[in-house]
Amino acid sequence: MSDVSAKKVLFEPIFSNNPIALQILGICSALAVTTSLSVTLVMCASVIAVTGFSNLAVSLIRTQIPNSIRIIVQMTIIASLVIVVDQVLKAYAYEISKQLSVFVGLIITNCIVMGRAEGFAMQNPPMLSFLDGIGNGLGYSIAILFVAFFRELFGSGELLGFTILASVNDGGWYVPNGLMLLPPSAFFIIGLGIWALRTWKPDQVEEPDFKMSAHKTREAF
Amino acid sequence: MDHYLSLLVTAIFVENLALAFFLGMCTFLAISKKVEAAVGLGIAVVVVLTLSVPINNLIYNTILRDGALSWAGLPDVDLSFLGLLTYIGVIAALVQILEMILDKYIPALYSALGVFLPLITVNCAIMGAVLFMVERDYSFGESVIYGFGAGVGWALAIVALAGIREKLKYSDVPNGLRGLGITFITVGLMSLGFMSFSGISL
Repeated sequence: MSDVSAKKVLFEPIFSNNPIALQILGICSALAVTTSLSVTLVMCASVIAVTGFSNLAVSLIRTQIPNSIRIIVQMTIIASLVIVVDQVLKAYAYEISKQLSVFVGLIITNCIVMGRAEGFAMQNPPMLSFLDGIGNGLGYSIAILFVAFFRELFGSGELLGFTILASVNDGGWYVPNGLMLLPPSAFFIIGLGIWALRTWKPDQVEEPDFKMSAHKTREAF
Repeated sequence: MDHYLSLLVTAIFVENLALAFFLGMCTFLAISKKVEAAVGLGIAVVVVLTLSVPINNLIYNTILRDGALSWAGLPDVDLSFLGLLTYIGVIAALVQILEMILDKYIPALYSALGVFLPLITVNCAIMGAVLFMVERDYSFGESVIYGFGAGVGWALAIVALAGIREKLKYSDVPNGLRGLGITFITVGLMSLGFMSFSGISL
C-alpha cells in the first residue's frame, strides 16, 4: 500500500466520512460524557486506543478466524481491550473514571469499534487497519470534543476548569446557561453541527423522502 | 411495594435510557423511520432487558463480586474485573437462545422480531442497563423491575420518535438539516419534554 492511501485512511474519517455525523455510529456512549472537556478528553483517548488496537488485533488474526464465529471473536477482543482501559483508568485517574461511570464499559457496544473491526480490519493488512482505527477514533473525538467545548463553555463558563467567561456567581457578567449541562442540549448541538458540516460539504446532504410539489400561487385578477 | 413502584416510574420516565442517558442511540436513530418497525424493536428490547438484567445480577452477586465466591471456599477472590466480558457474553448468548426458542415455539413472534433480535446484542441500552444495575447495587427483585422499566422507557421513546418522523418527512426542512440533523433536534425536544418528569417522586 502506498503512502497516499495510508494518509487517506487516517484522515478521511475526520471530516469527509465522520463516523458520528455521517454514519450515525457510536453516538450511544458519546453524548453523556460531554458535560466537561477533561472527562471528554479521557473518553476520546480511551476510544482511540480501543479502536486502534482492536483493528490491529482483528486484522492480525483475520485469516485464522472461522467466518461463522467472527462476531464473537471480535467481541471478545474488544471487551478485553476495554477491560484493560477500564483498569488503567481506575488505577491512574480514579476521579475521572468515577465520572465516566458506566460509559467506559459501553465502549464495547460502541458501534464504531465493532463496525470498523467488521468492515475494515477483516479485509485489510494490520498497519492500515491500525491507522483506520486511529482515524475513526479521531473522527469520533473531533465530534464529541466539539459538543463538549460548547457545553462546558456555555454551561459553566469554564474550559478544562479554567474560567473563560466570568460567571455572575463569582462577580462576573456571564449568567451560566444551565440547559447546556442537561441532556437535550447535546442533541441540539450535534444537530446544528451536522447542519454546519453539510453546508460546508453539500455532497453529504441526504435525499428527501418526499418531494414537495412546487408552490403555485394563483395570479390575482 | 412503594419502593418498587417508584423504581419503575423512575426507570421509565425520569431516567429514560434513550433520552436522558443517550443509550441505544444507533438503533434508536436507524430504526425509527416506521412505527411498525419501532414497535417490533421496542418489544424485543423490553424482553431482552427484562431477562438479561436479572441474570447478570445473579451472576454478579454469586460469582464475580468481591468475596462472592466464599460459598465455594474462595473468600479472597475478586473477579469483578471480568465483569464487562461476562455481561456481553451473557447478553449475546441470551439473545441467541431467545432467538432459537422463539423460532421453535412462537414462530409468529419470531418473524415479527426477526431482524431486530441479533441487532440487540450490540445495543448499548442493554449493556448500559446492566452496568447501571451493577453500579447501583440493585437486589434481585429491584433488578427485575429496573430491567423491565428501562426497556419500556426505551420502547416508548423509539415509538414516539418513529411517530414524529413519519409525519416529519412531509415537512420542508432546510437542505443541510434534512434527515439526520432534524432527527437530532427532534430527539432533543423530546428529551426536553421528558425532563419535565424529573420532578416526580413517589
